[in-house]
Amino acid sequence: MGMTITEKILAAHSGRDRVVPNEIINATLDLIVCHDVTTPPAVQMLKKLGINKVFDPSKILVTPDHFVPNKDIKSAELAKQLREWREEQGITRYYEIGNHGICHAIAPEQGHVLPGMTIVCGDSHTTTMGALGTFASGVGSTDLAAALATGELWFKVPESMLFELNGDLPRGVYSKDIILYIISKIGVDGARYKAMEYRGSTLKSLSMEARFTITNMAIEAGGKSGIMPVDEISENYVKARTSEPYTCYYSDEDAVYSETFKIDVDQLEPIVALPSLPSNGRFIGEIERVKMDQVYIGSCTNGRIEDLRIAAGIMKGNKVANGTRAIVVPATTEIWKTAMKEGLLEIFAEAGCVVSTATCGACLGGFMGVLGSEETCLSTTNRNFVGRMGDPRSKVYLASPATAAATAITGTITDPREFL
Amino acid sequence: MSQLEMTLKGKAHVYERAHINTDEIIPARYLNVHEEAELAKHAMEDIDQDFVNRVRPGDLVFAGDNFGCGSSREHAVWALRGAGIKAVIAKSYARIFFRNAINNGFLAIECPEAVDAVQNGDEVELDLAAGVMRNLTRGSEARFVPLSDFARELIEDGGLLPHIQKKAARK
Repeated sequence: MGMTITEKILAAHSGRDRVVPNEIINATLDLIVCHDVTTPPAVQMLKKLGINKVFDPSKILVTPDHFVPNKDIKSAELAKQLREWREEQGITRYYEIGNHGICHAIAPEQGHVLPGMTIVCGDSHTTTMGALGTFASGVGSTDLAAALATGELWFKVPESMLFELNGDLPRGVYSKDIILYIISKIGVDGARYKAMEYRGSTLKSLSMEARFTITNMAIEAGGKSGIMPVDEISENYVKARTSEPYTCYYSDEDAVYSETFKIDVDQLEPIVALPSLPSNGRFIGEIERVKMDQVYIGSCTNGRIEDLRIAAGIMKGNKVANGTRAIVVPATTEIWKTAMKEGLLEIFAEAGCVVSTATCGACLGGFMGVLGSEETCLSTTNRNFVGRMGDPRSKVYLASPATAAATAITGTITDPREFL
Repeated sequence: MSQLEMTLKGKAHVYERAHINTDEIIPARYLNVHEEAELAKHAMEDIDQDFVNRVRPGDLVFAGDNFGCGSSREHAVWALRGAGIKAVIAKSYARIFFRNAINNGFLAIECPEAVDAVQNGDEVELDLAAGVMRNLTRGSEARFVPLSDFARELIEDGGLLPHIQKKAARK
């Protein structure tokens, strides 16, 4: 019986020839990513136990992202604790304000994510990094503390689900639509505890930016991880950023999957997930043109340069509708700079958008676009739970950056193909 | 000595809907702190504003499928525990919440049958040794899905960090 990529990575990191789903293993970790919300409690736990040194500072990456630039005094204290701790531990892979970014975006962008790695972070969207052929999974602060202290963590080896994506995406349809479609089919617990593995001809036409959007939302189906095999596109992405060596793993022909889904992406249309679950996806033609008070383009899901290019392409020469506010949040400082050099920030500003520095911001109702009662927002983020972006009575709709840009222009949910 | 109490008794707070997520258990607007007492003031705020006023130490939360989905914030476990909740009994759990619970030595029990039979305010007894939940108000009984040996060990050790320390001391 063969093994999946996930099983091979976990076997290699637990000193075994093979692992099977549902067994509990202890795996060594290659990269631990830390941010300002879940790391300070982990640091506090370690201090309480008298553990004063992390296992290996060179395997840790730190960036404040959730509530920075500091949104209030309490958040300022969290960012300060993070900063002081990394200084004291001698962690050099640190991205301070001005070089910072949302952790799941900046870690691969800056060349810290290599195929074959095991990665954890105290954040559910850690699954993003699986697009580079890694096992990347979100954990809580206690797990994070254990990981920082020992460089290892327990895992129940997940079963793998296979998603075969075939065909080319039609005009106006993007990787966000693929993942919203998948979640609408399997539900927010459809991949609970499982690794979501992707393959198929569609991948060849998806950039790394587009792929990260798909693995990012594994958690929205309850998945433990999302993973894609390494190919020329991912190798080029990695080699442009680092010369560190790495190992690529591929699923065996006879690897076992708990389920296999075949999706012909050429049949897809733009999708909008209605409030208040990411699984409420509908083809855009089937829903009402609801009025939007706000449009939000950003986050670890869709705040990368390709997303901004797509949105700016639609917004160029247009204006944000009266009665709608549009907020653009590049996911990292590097993306912000590239968008500036390419003239995208100007397009957004001329259209009447606010452009923010990188932050998780309003995606989780932090700041930079929090919603009031009964307000509506079409967002390129990953969750539309009750109260996710602000008041519990507000309503969040999830869609691609193209749908978001088109919606900003008209002020109501709009098919991006009207502008292409 | 095991830190685990073998019998728990408390009032039931029932939220039978599936997919109650960690944003509902503790909204992100309160994540600028991580002190349990502070978080406890806002536990379950977005689905039940009155929860923190009604809950008494030792009470139990009953919930539907996929409890604790979404964000990995361990603050969700801390907020519930801080509010006085001794255990959650759900039809099923999202994986990170379950991990966070047992990593904290906090009981997250799977028992679909008990969730279907319970009403708000029922007095419930959890007998961990027997793996049985008794609804004292209704006189019903349900057997819950036993914790795996690994989860049980973690909970008995008081959570992941004490467990690791214990293991290291043994070496």
